[in-house]
Amino acid sequence: MSEKKSSLLLKNGRLIDAGQNLDGKFDIFLVDGKVKEVASDLDVVADQVIDLDGLWVLPGAIDLHVHLREPGYEYKETILSGAEAAVAGGFTSIACMANTYPINDNAAVTRFILEQARSAPAKVLPIAAISKGMQGEVLVEMGDLVEAGAVAFSDDGKTVPNSKLLRHALEYASLFDKPLLCHCQDDALFADGVIHEGMISAGHGLAGIPSLAEEIDIARTIMLAEYLKVSVHICHLSSRGGVELVRAAKARGVRVTAEATPHHLFLDERAVVDLAYREALDETVKPSMLCYNTNSKMSPPLRAAEDVAALRQALAEGTIDVVATDHAPHEATEKAVEYSLAPFGVIGLETALALALRLVQEGDLTLLQMVARMSLAPAAILGLDDRGTLAPGMAADLMIVDPEREWVVDPAKFQSKARNTPFTGWRLKGRVIKTIVDGRVVFSS
Amino acid sequence: MPQMNENRVCESQEMGRILARIAAEIVARNKGCQKLALVGILTRGVCLARRLQEIIRETFGQELSLGVLDITLYRDDLSRATHHPVLRKTEIPFSLDGATVVLVDDVLYTGRTVRAAMDGLIDFGRPQSIQLAVLVDRGCRELPISADYIGVEVPASPQDRVMVRVAESDGFDLVTVTPRSAFQGE
Amino acid sequence: MGFRRKDLLGTRDLSAVEIRTLLESAESFKEIAERPLKKVPALRGKTVVNLFFEPSTRTRTSFEIAAKRLSADAVNISASTSSVVKGESLVDTVDNIQAMAPDIIVVRHKFVGAAHLIAERIGASVVNAGDGANEHPTQALLDLLTISEHKKLEPGLTVAIIGDIAHSRVARSNIWALTTLGITVRVCAPPTMLPRGLEEIAGVRVCRRPEEALEGADVVMMLRIQLERQDRLLFPSVRDYARIFGLNRQRLELACPDAIVMHPGPMNRGVEITSEVADGKHSVILNQVSNGVALRMAVLFLLGGQGRE
Repeated sequence: MSEKKSSLLLKNGRLIDAGQNLDGKFDIFLVDGKVKEVASDLDVVADQVIDLDGLWVLPGAIDLHVHLREPGYEYKETILSGAEAAVAGGFTSIACMANTYPINDNAAVTRFILEQARSAPAKVLPIAAISKGMQGEVLVEMGDLVEAGAVAFSDDGKTVPNSKLLRHALEYASLFDKPLLCHCQDDALFADGVIHEGMISAGHGLAGIPSLAEEIDIARTIMLAEYLKVSVHICHLSSRGGVELVRAAKARGVRVTAEATPHHLFLDERAVVDLAYREALDETVKPSMLCYNTNSKMSPPLRAAEDVAALRQALAEGTIDVVATDHAPHEATEKAVEYSLAPFGVIGLETALALALRLVQEGDLTLLQMVARMSLAPAAILGLDDRGTLAPGMAADLMIVDPEREWVVDPAKFQSKARNTPFTGWRLKGRVIKTIVDGRVVFSS
Repeated sequence: MPQMNENRVCESQEMGRILARIAAEIVARNKGCQKLALVGILTRGVCLARRLQEIIRETFGQELSLGVLDITLYRDDLSRATHHPVLRKTEIPFSLDGATVVLVDDVLYTGRTVRAAMDGLIDFGRPQSIQLAVLVDRGCRELPISADYIGVEVPASPQDRVMVRVAESDGFDLVTVTPRSAFQGE
Repeated sequence: MGFRRKDLLGTRDLSAVEIRTLLESAESFKEIAERPLKKVPALRGKTVVNLFFEPSTRTRTSFEIAAKRLSADAVNISASTSSVVKGESLVDTVDNIQAMAPDIIVVRHKFVGAAHLIAERIGASVVNAGDGANEHPTQALLDLLTISEHKKLEPGLTVAIIGDIAHSRVARSNIWALTTLGITVRVCAPPTMLPRGLEEIAGVRVCRRPEEALEGADVVMMLRIQLERQDRLLFPSVRDYARIFGLNRQRLELACPDAIVMHPGPMNRGVEITSEVADGKHSVILNQVSNGVALRMAVLFLLGGQGRE
């Protein structure tokens, strides 16, 4: 009885699932929030049948790097609004960083986040801080936090400058098989920089952040992981040099994984003055500022065109394991200021999938590779063994995509509270039309 | 080049005679004047003022000072001008205080240019008097201004185009009136 | 043709024609300073707001005099007297000023892009009077005007710019304007104050030592060194800087015999330039100041005297 009540049959869709290495027309039978069966021409009785002719079925995307701002900065984003943005973009699980107020450095905050997330349409996974108050001085109570539900540790937004502390964090986290997600940045070299140190900073007098600021810290982080024989994950790779460090480490057998964001895969430093992209914009939706647009400001910064090319290549070959959004909501007035005063960060949950599809359209990735980077790999890094693929027995977390649907990025239509995207006015192809979490339709356009 | 359907009012020879007459009138009227000066309004007014200066020097043996005035900064239609103003250099290399100044321009029309020119002149000093010499008076005044020396009177409607060309800037001397119908559809 | 912009935000995107139009207009305005009655009615009834978020008596005064000589009403708003200090955002401040319907806003701000932010937001014309280390277009144009009094502004001319290039909006605006006119630009700075890659993006020659930059130069532009930069590990000491990069008589002899020496002011005498050179026969530093008024009159006139109703 109960099985019948909550069963759903998805017929005739094209399933693209890296975990099962499947790409073809399959019917998918979902029962009680889990995948029951995947086969051609399934003949089963289901409570509800959806015909997906011409549409794609992908495992729900998993974002291991978002900022949900709650508690503390609910005016920027809440767990609920962030989760709504997630499912609108095909993400069924999102891992939220610790830099809230108060900081998620103790079990009470972790439990609060999970409590708030109970009514959210996506699965929200709290990431705890590495150090208390993200001050880089004392380790958080990792055991307590893992018990409360933390899936990973990160001081994202900041590096852990003390190498001894970082060493101990890596050692201690390995006890729980929880990954450390490292924001790599040498603070002294970063200094008061606001954009990539390159042709735009030189020409426009904006303080530069050299690639070196990131690379030196990536090297340090990799060396620690290598020495300790533990795994580590590098957040938001942005430079060619960073890619090369990760590639070489992987070749040596170091257990390092890495992510790249859609904005680093599509934009370079010229976006700061909008030289490269103005013509591609849709006339009906234009960013409020074309020059020194603060939605081009994030950390790490948009780098040179050659860095973008290196990131794309690294994503294709697997040096970069994951596409993560680093969804960083800010209120409009916070961004409507002088470039140097604007906060770092852009949102990405509602544009990531279409941009990832564009990588496929542009020939940089295969569809299966894209699905691996969006779902399978992030699940593996976070140790989530019930999702990331739609094999029988896995959670029924998936998205239905209309691959032909063309749309223009219009922040006014976002589910997120925030509007700070650098992709305003972009024409994209491929859109999520339904998102299903635990067998339940949580988003439908 | 001159157009087919424009009416030629006067050509080079005629223009020379007219300027000679104006020069004589200026000298006659200002007999005994110690500080007599010519100020041309840019661009063609300056060419005409130079010619008058030359005629007066050769015919009457008098050397008059010559000034150049750009009235752009004194125009009353700056904010309504559809074209973008080009500023040229004003040069008044003598004192205007107590001088008798003959303003020289090619065409007298609404009177606004002359109004602006008088404002401009007065910023440079306090002339004893200002007189006005024009090659063509085409009527249709919008301000209470009249010329002291007139080359030719050419009654024309505001739609007509009156053009003065001078050898110095146009390669030849010619005054033409082109009726409205001639350039309709431009 | 001519100059048909709403704003003057920088020299980077000005064409050679636009630069020459501005310089020719400024040339005509020089004469007004010599009149007994230094005022023309061109901008009568127009309001020029000098919005200065950074103190600068010179530039502000220069714009103020320029506006007043054009008969505009000039209003000065400085950060210390406005609500800026009370935590109001730039956008709020600008919205408030816009509500008072000014025609031209002259903006000085310590951060890059502030003038652009304002210009995109409001209908009034905006003149960038310095945004961070980015641009200071009227300074560069008045420098060009000053050079043109002594040298022909055309290919073949060599200009040496020496000092803290990385943090200098004067250097950047000059580099863009000079290179647009095809003029050879050499820059020289301590390596800590030289933006990486400037050679490729700006088409200038980077010289390691001032001697190399000065060799045969027609124009020598010295930049003000910000003494507080010492604390930021950019140079060891004022004494060391003066010794290696300062312009003195001996060094100036390397330049061409009729070279002119410029400085945007205010000078640190004895640091980037010795008094002997600053006050010497090659110096045109005071001409720069008087040309500043004429140049700014031209800019205000060309922006404010056009029909955009």
